[in-house]
Amino acid sequence: MTYDAGHYDVIVIGAGHAGCEAGVAAAKMGANTLMLSMNLDMTGFMPCNPSVGGPAKGVVVREIDALGGVMGKVIDKTYIQMRMLNTGKGPAVRALRAQADKPLYITEMKKTLESQENLTMRQGMVDRLIIEDGVCKGVITETKAAYYAKTVVITTGTFMRGRVIIGDISYESGPNNQRASVTLSEHLEELGLEMVRFKTGTPPRVNSRSIDYSKTEIQPGDEEPLAFSYETTEFITDQIPCWLTYTNEFTHNIINENLGLSAMYSGMIKGTGPRYCPSIEDKVVRFNDKPRHQIFLEPEGRNTEEVYVQGLSTSLPEYVQKEMLQTIPGLEKAEIMRAGYAIEYDAMVPTQLWPTLETKKIPGLFTAGQINGTSGYEEASGQGIMAGINAAAKALGKDPVILDRSQAYIGVMIDDLVTKGTNEPYRLLTSRAEYRLLLRHDNADMRLTEIGYEIGMISEERYARFQEKKRLIQEERKRLEGIIIKTEPHVLEMMDEVGSVMKEAQRASDLLKRPEIKYSLIEKIVPADKDLPADVKEQVEIQTKYEGYITKSMQQVERMKRMEDKKIPDTINYDDVSGIATEAREKLKKVRPLSVGQASRISGVNPADVSILLVYIEQGGHVKAANQ
Amino acid sequence: MQNDTIAAISTPVGEGAIAIVRLSGAEAVAIAAKLFDGKKLTDVPSHTMHYGKLIDPATGEVAEEVMVSVMKAPKTFTREDVVEINCHGGLVSVNRVLELALQEGARLAEPGEFTKRAFLNGRIDLSQAEAVMDLIRAKTDRAMNVALKQMDGRLSRLIQKLRQELLETVAHVEVNIDYPEYDDVEEMSHNMMIEKTQYVYEEIEKLLEMAKQGKILREGLATAIIGRPNVGKSSLMNALVHENKAIVTEIAGTTRDVIEEYVNVRGVPLKLVDTAGIRETEDIVERIGVERSRQVLKQSDLILLVLNYGEALSDEDRQLFEAVAGLDVIVIVNKTDLSQQIDLEEVRKLAGDRPVITTALIEEKGIDELELAIKDTFFAGEIDGGDLSYISNVRHIQLLKQALSSLREAMNGIEMQMPMDIVQIDVTRTWELLGEIIGDTVHESLIDQLFSQFCLGK
Repeated sequence: MTYDAGHYDVIVIGAGHAGCEAGVAAAKMGANTLMLSMNLDMTGFMPCNPSVGGPAKGVVVREIDALGGVMGKVIDKTYIQMRMLNTGKGPAVRALRAQADKPLYITEMKKTLESQENLTMRQGMVDRLIIEDGVCKGVITETKAAYYAKTVVITTGTFMRGRVIIGDISYESGPNNQRASVTLSEHLEELGLEMVRFKTGTPPRVNSRSIDYSKTEIQPGDEEPLAFSYETTEFITDQIPCWLTYTNEFTHNIINENLGLSAMYSGMIKGTGPRYCPSIEDKVVRFNDKPRHQIFLEPEGRNTEEVYVQGLSTSLPEYVQKEMLQTIPGLEKAEIMRAGYAIEYDAMVPTQLWPTLETKKIPGLFTAGQINGTSGYEEASGQGIMAGINAAAKALGKDPVILDRSQAYIGVMIDDLVTKGTNEPYRLLTSRAEYRLLLRHDNADMRLTEIGYEIGMISEERYARFQEKKRLIQEERKRLEGIIIKTEPHVLEMMDEVGSVMKEAQRASDLLKRPEIKYSLIEKIVPADKDLPADVKEQVEIQTKYEGYITKSMQQVERMKRMEDKKIPDTINYDDVSGIATEAREKLKKVRPLSVGQASRISGVNPADVSILLVYIEQGGHVKAANQ
Repeated sequence: MQNDTIAAISTPVGEGAIAIVRLSGAEAVAIAAKLFDGKKLTDVPSHTMHYGKLIDPATGEVAEEVMVSVMKAPKTFTREDVVEINCHGGLVSVNRVLELALQEGARLAEPGEFTKRAFLNGRIDLSQAEAVMDLIRAKTDRAMNVALKQMDGRLSRLIQKLRQELLETVAHVEVNIDYPEYDDVEEMSHNMMIEKTQYVYEEIEKLLEMAKQGKILREGLATAIIGRPNVGKSSLMNALVHENKAIVTEIAGTTRDVIEEYVNVRGVPLKLVDTAGIRETEDIVERIGVERSRQVLKQSDLILLVLNYGEALSDEDRQLFEAVAGLDVIVIVNKTDLSQQIDLEEVRKLAGDRPVITTALIEEKGIDELELAIKDTFFAGEIDGGDLSYISNVRHIQLLKQALSSLREAMNGIEMQMPMDIVQIDVTRTWELLGEIIGDTVHESLIDQLFSQFCLGK
């Protein structure tokens, strides 16, 4: 017997990285939202490495922030060090990465959610969904509470039928020895959703006091204050360093001798693991000519001695892990506090989702995060915010929000997932984006603040600030285009200092396009009326310097948009479309793309099929026109 | 996709005396106007036809005499603005016209695309819809089959090799970006990048050069014989034709009658251009005027410049040398049976590094030397005849040219010291364009490359 435990607009199952963003987004949109987590002490828990951001991923955190999400704000308050990566490269690939204080991140995230209006948090394990007439109407917990809602978002991470494997030992478990969620996974399968088995893993954690840091290299944070969130104004100054050491031939010998005991190689593990997150066994076997591999020692927080041994992810038996560590400089006497493990879990085939992250099979049911076959906190958060937005939009009768491939890495990721699917845990890489130059770390606010504001997730105050920033950028760009710099002696002298030669008078904007000339120099030659904020100067410099390339990318986007604008009616019956190749037909029936553009990205759908589809759709248009 | 302007040859290739290149789309008239030397096409009334010359805006050269029809939307086949350029039926000229249209911004039409547009714009009746889809299917399949058959295994291997080269470079840059702390790969430098791109650039240039030679093998080396009156041009003609097996094609029905003679000189197929003209008047320059003869010269792959041994060099002779500057020329000093009046030193100076052959055609002397010179000119470089059947497909050539220009942009970026991740955008584009030639553009292979080439991850 169940009891009626309450009625909501949106229910979010899970309070990991996807769940937190989904819950906050739905609540901020104005939906009465319930978050259910099997353990509230694990809100925003990081089961793997203690870091947030990095190339592509860091841009996602900024995108989440521009849309009004929480990840950036929380990490800004809880990092132990922050670095800007790829500073020697172009602006398109710069990225922030923070080392997180794991326990503090949980505390801060939990506090953020608890103080969010419209958001109720409750502990409970969901066993099944309430389905009426094929539509999802709520959830039932193992303690028989029935919660009703207009839409439900599942963000269960690696918990579904999770199984931890260490050497030849394996047991049913979620990450970090939490309970696995078994009933829900079986229930989803019964409902006809297709599941796959994926695998991921973590390295051992060791006690800091047992590490000899003198044998390692220090990796400090940047001194310049940095932040993910556009709202952050306070910076943490006392940063904690990470440390770098290496494996060697002794380490590799131990691995090779014990390979048969690794769950990865003994056949214990059936799930597909991510190539970009290989175990140390994998690295040694696949790249056996490499004499050493990097090992980063990352503190898990300020108030703990636990250190994450990044680079040593493994499913070897515990005693082999110990032997392995003893061969590594600085870790000879390292005490393992938690052993590394591999974890297998159920994920859903993501092509079963609409680009809103709603399942096609069960209206009202959304999924986000690792359950959709991704890997990584940022990937989970990026989906979480979109699932939360769209679940709330549906519950409140508003328009859905779908980001396209030219708007955000989040758009690239979701389009990849729902259009192409994935046969290994999916990670964002900068190379997955066609319009990388547009999807920069520095312009996430330019791309997405407007959208966040329209759906009510950005405050009036922040929006006004954003508008002002936009205005200043435009004005300054216009000013530089209007000013002509002459070859006066003091100008030539300043230019000479940076190794630049000027033979004739030039527009300030054209001068700024030269690689060796920075905005700071232009500013010295022709100062603005008043000093501009640093982020305005940055935009002026980037937008001017890379104008040609940006324009070229924009033109590509225009071409793509024309195909995206050709919508495919949801009433289409692909069996009626003659001339489409069989493989393409099957794929189209499965993915059910919303636009011709999306259809063209499905592997197996070739240009001829796309042409035929276009003709067929237009034909439908003609039929209707003729009938009227 | 509906808005861009497409172009294609719309008459069966090689079957008619007149060929038509058709353009359709918003820019059709503007593109044609850029190429057309005659009335201002942007101002002419719809559904009118105009005579004029087609020029290459890049060089100002005259490419062809043409008739151009301008038909404005909506009363056209596609219901878009349509321009039809009528030109001579030879494959060379029609391809040249098409290439110019593409160069000025038109896109090569996909198979069946005109019909598709006609349908999408409501021009074709609903009942024909099924037929249109079948047509697209059939045309695409056929085009693919033809393209695949046309593609020599060696070409596709070559392209694959170049793509792999680029892919490894791109993957290298990607690793630098996505794994900035990974210490096994050195940072890709501008110097490393320029080396790679330079290599691929030269290889593509070679392919395009081969494409030209492939075309020549199929169609013959367009050869013009020029010289003042009475230097022995028709004797030369006759000598080449009589010595070798002549194939005479008569193509009637164009704006004027042209006879092209095909001869095979020691394995080199020559198409003696405008031979009719030479026969009638002995002087191509005189007959068709300076302008037209320049055009003939520019279109020629080989020029045989004939001088008279028995006369001193005239200004006219020197003008001829000027007219052929930069072209493949063999200088023939004929009539060595007469007493020498010509200054051979000056001739050699004017000829530069081009061969100078002395003949007495009337006595059948020097013909072997001439034939060997023709053979050497054509087979300069290490290409042997067996490899030349390669790249004939306009689509392939077009893609190779695009690849080349996108690589050039990458090289410009390197020169301007743009950051590597920005230079890489153009390198990736080149890789994709080469992929289109062999029908392989799957983006996923980059990620595969990344993880097989480098040991990455936490």
